[in-house]
Amino acid sequence: MNLTLKIWRQKDAKSKGKMVSYEVTEISDDMSFLEMMDVLNEQLINKNGDPVAFDHDCREGICGMCSMFINGEAHGPGRGVTTCQLHMRMFKDGDTITIEPFRAKAFPIIKDLVVNRMAFDRIQQSGGYISVNTSGNTQDANAIPISKQAADTAMDAATCIGCGACVATCKNSSAMLFVGAKVSQYALLPQGQVEAGERVLNMVEQMDKEGFGNCTNTGACEIECPKGISLENIARLNREYLKASV
Amino acid sequence: MGILSSSIARKVAMALSGFFLVFFLGQHFVINLTSVIAPDTFNSWSHFMGTNGLVQGLLQPVLIFGVVFHFVMGIALEIKNTKARKIKYTLYKGSANASWASRNMIVSGLVILAFLGLHFYDFWIPEMIHKYIETNPEDPTRYLAETVHKFESPVRVGIYIVAFVLLCLHLWHGFSSSFQSVGLNNVYTKALHVFTKVYAVAIPLGFVFIALYHHFNQLDH
Repeated sequence: MNLTLKIWRQKDAKSKGKMVSYEVTEISDDMSFLEMMDVLNEQLINKNGDPVAFDHDCREGICGMCSMFINGEAHGPGRGVTTCQLHMRMFKDGDTITIEPFRAKAFPIIKDLVVNRMAFDRIQQSGGYISVNTSGNTQDANAIPISKQAADTAMDAATCIGCGACVATCKNSSAMLFVGAKVSQYALLPQGQVEAGERVLNMVEQMDKEGFGNCTNTGACEIECPKGISLENIARLNREYLKASV
Repeated sequence: MGILSSSIARKVAMALSGFFLVFFLGQHFVINLTSVIAPDTFNSWSHFMGTNGLVQGLLQPVLIFGVVFHFVMGIALEIKNTKARKIKYTLYKGSANASWASRNMIVSGLVILAFLGLHFYDFWIPEMIHKYIETNPEDPTRYLAETVHKFESPVRVGIYIVAFVLLCLHLWHGFSSSFQSVGLNNVYTKALHVFTKVYAVAIPLGFVFIALYHHFNQLDH
């Protein structure tokens, strides 16, 4: 199929960007969206053009790098998929596809479609861990009784890959689904409950410092999350925060 | 803002003030409904609300504070949220993943705020003048006639109906969303959602019915 692509081009972090149109040809239905971008870049390079910069790594839906806002949605029109898992069969020959970077003040653009998501790393560093004594007297984690329900719910929260689709799709650029997932995965387990109060206060403080917006419970983040992280995690984040504050 | 410096604290404060206003709306509706089904009760309850020291001296200022707090905080959050995305998307399909009501709380909120201005002009300000400036003698029978007279104008009734539709949309998202904001998301959430959606439709629809009833029954009073 042949497509028209409208892509955000921005030379570097300080330059002003703009939408630029490209024609891309010989795209197969079976290609992933990133493979289509590879073909576009090959065609641009063959014409001595500047290839489009975009993030990608594992190309199997687990690294969370491929941050593209496609036709008005984070990771495009599919549900429960990252951009690398989005296939060109979702589009038709002759379609015009709009491709933009994830937009948020806390995710500054580095180049073209590549954004800096280190704000998430700083939030994680502020409390998204447990302190473990590694002196040799560490208790075997399997010896600590954990209910099946708590283990499953914690695992569901831990599947967050930190891609930033929640921020990108939220009309307020809120990061509360990400922070909710990270707080939940520890708060639900005995190992994480020791530092639960300190963790949630520090992570929320860092989240606010990064300049993310405030959650208004539209639920868009849950719909667009490639890993299906539930809004229950935001409710748990609120509960944990209130518990730690009172 | 001290205690309200964190995003979650502000969110909880919005939810709590919202719960308070939802409760107030419910009791306002019950009193208004008596103007249709039991006019004497309406006069009696209105007289009590307008003359009781506790209601006038404590509950009324608390209510005004709740309303002002809710809209000032709502506008402040909207400004902050807008600033969180400096460059807007060229194409943003908000309807693909969120309802119109949830994405446009500021729109429905501002319409309700404008309506409150009209409502104060219609009822609260004349009441304050009647009681505290003109210092008229108490008349427990005057309330129904004054209320019914306000709904004589079809334009005013039309404005009220538009405002109630927006109130319905505001409550449709806001009421259920408040439970999520205070951390309530559990096995009872589905039942709570049903209750909040029924409330969001029934109360504004009830207010529309009362306005239309009085508009079409002017001569009966």
